[in-house]
Amino acid sequence: MTLELSLNQQPAHARQGSSIGQPLTRRDGFLKVTGAARYAADNHPPGMLYAVLAVSSIARGRVAALDVEAAKAHKGVVEVMTPKNRPALAADPDAKDHPFMFRLDLLQNDQVRYPNQSIAVVIAETLEAATEGAALLSPRYEVMPARVGLDGAESIVPRAVGVGGPAVQHKGDVEAGLKSAKTRIEATYETPAQYHNAMEPHAIVVAWEGDTLSIDTPSQGLAMAQGRIAGLFGIAPENIHIRSPFLGGGFGSKGMISGPQVLGILAARLVGRPVKLVLRREQMYGPVGHRAPTRQTLRMGMDGEGRLTALDHHAKTASSTFDDFFEPAADASHTLYASPAIATSHDAVRLDTGTPLFMRAPGEATGSIALESAIDEAAYACGMDPLEFRLRNYAEVEPMTGKPFSSKALRECYRQAAETFGWASRPIQPRLMRDADGFLTGWGMGTATFPAIMFQAEARAVLRADGSGVMETGAQDMGQGAWTAFAQIAADGLGLDIDQVDFRAGSSDLPNAGIAGGSGHTATAGMAIHNAGAAVIARLADLATGDEGSPLYGAGNEGVLARGGRLYRRDDESRGESYAEILTRAGLTEIEGHGKGAPDPASQEAYAKHAHGAVFAEVKVDPDFGQIRVTRLVGAFAAGRVINPRLVRSQYYGGMIWGVSFALHEEAITDRRSGRIQNANLAEYHVPVNADVPSIEALLVHEDDPHVNALGIKGVGEIGITGTAGAVANAVWHATGVRPRRFPVRIEDLLG
Amino acid sequence: MRDFSYVRANSLDAARQAAALPGAMLLAGGTTLIDLAKCGVAEPETLVDIAHLKGLDRIEVNERGATIGALARMSHVADHADIKSRFPAVSEALWQAASAQIRNMATIGGNLMQRTRCPYFRDPANFPACNKRQPGSGCSAIGGVTRGHAVLGISDACIAMYPGDLAVALVAFDAIVHLGERHIPVDDFFLLPGTTPDREHAIEPGEMITGIEIPGSASARRSTYLKIRDRQSYEFAAASAAVGIEFEPDGRTIRDLRVALGGVATKPWRARAVENALKGKVLEPDTVRAASLLAVEGSVDHGANHYKVELAPRVVARAIRKLGETA
Amino acid sequence: MTKTTIPVHLDINGRDHDLQLEPRVTLLDALRDRLGLTGTKKGCDHGQCGACTVHIDGERVLACLTLAAQVEGRTVTTIEGLAREGEMHPVQAAFLEQDAFQCGYCTPGQIMSAVACIREGHAGSDEEIREYMAGNLCRCGAYPHIVAAVRQAALEAAS
Repeated sequence: MTLELSLNQQPAHARQGSSIGQPLTRRDGFLKVTGAARYAADNHPPGMLYAVLAVSSIARGRVAALDVEAAKAHKGVVEVMTPKNRPALAADPDAKDHPFMFRLDLLQNDQVRYPNQSIAVVIAETLEAATEGAALLSPRYEVMPARVGLDGAESIVPRAVGVGGPAVQHKGDVEAGLKSAKTRIEATYETPAQYHNAMEPHAIVVAWEGDTLSIDTPSQGLAMAQGRIAGLFGIAPENIHIRSPFLGGGFGSKGMISGPQVLGILAARLVGRPVKLVLRREQMYGPVGHRAPTRQTLRMGMDGEGRLTALDHHAKTASSTFDDFFEPAADASHTLYASPAIATSHDAVRLDTGTPLFMRAPGEATGSIALESAIDEAAYACGMDPLEFRLRNYAEVEPMTGKPFSSKALRECYRQAAETFGWASRPIQPRLMRDADGFLTGWGMGTATFPAIMFQAEARAVLRADGSGVMETGAQDMGQGAWTAFAQIAADGLGLDIDQVDFRAGSSDLPNAGIAGGSGHTATAGMAIHNAGAAVIARLADLATGDEGSPLYGAGNEGVLARGGRLYRRDDESRGESYAEILTRAGLTEIEGHGKGAPDPASQEAYAKHAHGAVFAEVKVDPDFGQIRVTRLVGAFAAGRVINPRLVRSQYYGGMIWGVSFALHEEAITDRRSGRIQNANLAEYHVPVNADVPSIEALLVHEDDPHVNALGIKGVGEIGITGTAGAVANAVWHATGVRPRRFPVRIEDLLG
Repeated sequence: MRDFSYVRANSLDAARQAAALPGAMLLAGGTTLIDLAKCGVAEPETLVDIAHLKGLDRIEVNERGATIGALARMSHVADHADIKSRFPAVSEALWQAASAQIRNMATIGGNLMQRTRCPYFRDPANFPACNKRQPGSGCSAIGGVTRGHAVLGISDACIAMYPGDLAVALVAFDAIVHLGERHIPVDDFFLLPGTTPDREHAIEPGEMITGIEIPGSASARRSTYLKIRDRQSYEFAAASAAVGIEFEPDGRTIRDLRVALGGVATKPWRARAVENALKGKVLEPDTVRAASLLAVEGSVDHGANHYKVELAPRVVARAIRKLGETA
Repeated sequence: MTKTTIPVHLDINGRDHDLQLEPRVTLLDALRDRLGLTGTKKGCDHGQCGACTVHIDGERVLACLTLAAQVEGRTVTTIEGLAREGEMHPVQAAFLEQDAFQCGYCTPGQIMSAVACIREGHAGSDEEIREYMAGNLCRCGAYPHIVAAVRQAALEAAS
């Protein structure tokens, strides 16, 4: 889709040359501040009906009865979809052809396997009628006991954790390392189930036209969603058109198409009319993924100088009873601290919950808070400053693999953030600092890291005879700033001013941009854009350098530069001409080029690629009430090339606030008898409010990385959570002397 | 929401008459009622909108006290200059409640009718047992997730916490609820659950809150509302205290003291034992600390909410100390 | 059991609208589903997130807990009614300039709340802004920039 830029859009900041690196304001900003940005649920095709899910109130058992007649008798209700009349699918929703294909609950039977599982869909002329119709179904159940909590079932060792990683890994002899250590620590930390809670509930607006589908739905991966729907319905992917110009937040929960979204498509097929289905907030606690709980035990041994002799990290986690996603929490210990012996392992239980999924920094966030807490404990056990301890154990090569880092400016991150924070005056002992109001004050730190991942993406570039350009890729903007950052890369790739580029994204009929996840979207789709630009410029250069009428004649491909809508001779920049002149003389209305973005296998093999950062936190704790207030956060991050510092800073802030939330706020609380989440709402499932968020500083540390990709981009979306959560936890300890071992830290943990 | 009729009352009498009909409920700000209707807890046949009634939103403050109309909105009362100066605890309780938007909607009368946040009460589809909703059906909260439940004033039938802030301050200062001609002390307006947790207020069918009256006093003038919670804002109290104090002319000896607790009890909780223990005493930290422990006399916790028993006295002690410091 | 619909006259962004609605229709759903004013967002539908913040008679309220029928005779302003003659409201401009949003979903509610916050006189310090903007959740974590935008707009309004 093309962003409908309003005339009122403020002009891009004045600049010369490169768009990359400029702190442009968001190109979709005007639409967003005026309410004109159209999210999925804002669509309303003619003749549209409203579909509302009925969801299970039990965790395990079967639906014995539904009062379909009562629902249908409610004025305005058009149809009720249950397992009895649900249209046929071409594929079994319980089939799993590959690890990224998650099993869906699409009314395939009457079984209930988690709370808030879809058990029927009511379709009505109005939202009010559909909502009340769903309530009138008054389901009766045969209930089986719910399996709840990390001790609620027998442990298994998963075949794989995260994205196909081994559950158990080691190098060196951990037990020997521990034995030889002068100082040892062992500590266990628990993290709760968390729910993404994007502000925009999952929504879908669907219209069938024969065997083709027109869909508005938020998606972090348009091509994957298209493929999944195609498989389920037995239709060609190209007959499915999905628009997702804006996501109201995703955080991983909109990476894969979810069951409720597919039920919207089924509902539309059943009634033969367009349908809108939007999840209610409480319905987001089940079928659209979550971060699984963990219990992590770390053992560390240190020699007399505070050097690690062994690092053992075990994580217990949970998945659903019917599908596999295992939070790879212990893998956080693979990449950060040098140790001759490292062991990581996972085990898990299967519970009556929805299947956990990727949630912003999956594994990295959970693993980081435990690892950074344990490192803090280890430093204290050695009588060392936590920063000095981290520098003592600084990894010059990736600890688990021994590979060199493609780049690593972590030392500079530590230095800049510590200096800005004023870390040097921190006493090593806890509970020594008080502010003027008597609050216990504590300073803590954590190291941030996140892998630099790339997926596969494609882009198509066009140069037109009027001198303007088009760049197309089905990129997804969930708030990270894709509309802006990619337009900047496109402008540089095409050698045009950004306002001369028509950047198109957010639609499945554009080239596959891969997934907006893993902090890899900017690098992946950015490289596709960059390469598509290079390809079309190469074609243009061919035209010019082969044309006797051009001042560039004979310069050769390598001999020209593209800038500001003109090609110049590299050896004589006074000689050049505009794109328009070249194309017009060639009699062409436009030329196009294609590009791909993908990881380079050779450099993948040769280098460990990670972004790094350091986060310092100050908390104040009321000595009587145990109430914790984060008062300062300073982070410094090195993540390769920065496309737009204004947007990158926002990403870091967002990640750091998620870190605060992880340490102090978020927790889904389950009633152990029923297996139901008792705070499935935004009043009692706490995310920070504005008043919880302190003054934050995010320093952008310069880092050139020649190996990750030609643009030098790593990724910034998730790293901010890592490091921050641990820094806050460590600051709580430093303030109070109480070591947080269960997150979020609550008032009752600090009452003493 | 089930379907309902909507009528606008154009007079107080019309409102009372309409509200007395079976299935009718009064609608003012709607922040509790519309929410609970969406939860399936409130199932009105008819909503009688009283928000447009004239003259019920007045705020009058003088030497004798404050009279606040039932339809005055929380934000207006919170920001009222004379309420701030003569009843700081009332203003502070109000602005620390809910959010700015909700305070613009919610009325003082509606605020007194605010209902518990007990997640079992709010979820009839999944927890049919709730004595508050369905007398005799049982209590799902007991044995469940109880971190937010009451430790004071509970019964075997109900442990649901009273979540509000304003009424805590009102209870401390002996406010009177006006139900038209009938006036009752706010402490008597809120009922303990006992065996009838479905009955929360001493209000009869056909009655309607028309306003509140808060007697002026030196202790109300020197008062504060201290609210402790998990989040810094937009959050119900883990424990709160409304405290007012009056000293003898020596500036140290306590002549009058008012203490009420929020976030810990089944109703706004006046802590007279603390008041009595400290009246006539000189304000000393140790004395205050010891007396504050009396705030939770008779408490019974359900494990996860035990921290409230620890926390509440500390909140009381801090509030008293804070008022002493401003002497 | 089913009740009939009732006529409801609404004054929204200076325009009159006559609707025939079931009484249970909230202002939020009337705006979004009946009037095509989809700038006002639904995040929780229970008054817990602030995404549906609009102004009624100039004061910020939650459209999800307001019945459409309740606002007959009052004036409603939504995010679509904030810009004047195509010019962004200073608060909108400040949000854009300060990058005070990411996904943008909570943004209309944040901006409506911010306009009122400044008008109420509750934007006197960063601390006051944080407290009086606490009724608008932002999951992306744009809070520091939201505070900066409100501060900027409040200073502009004062000068």
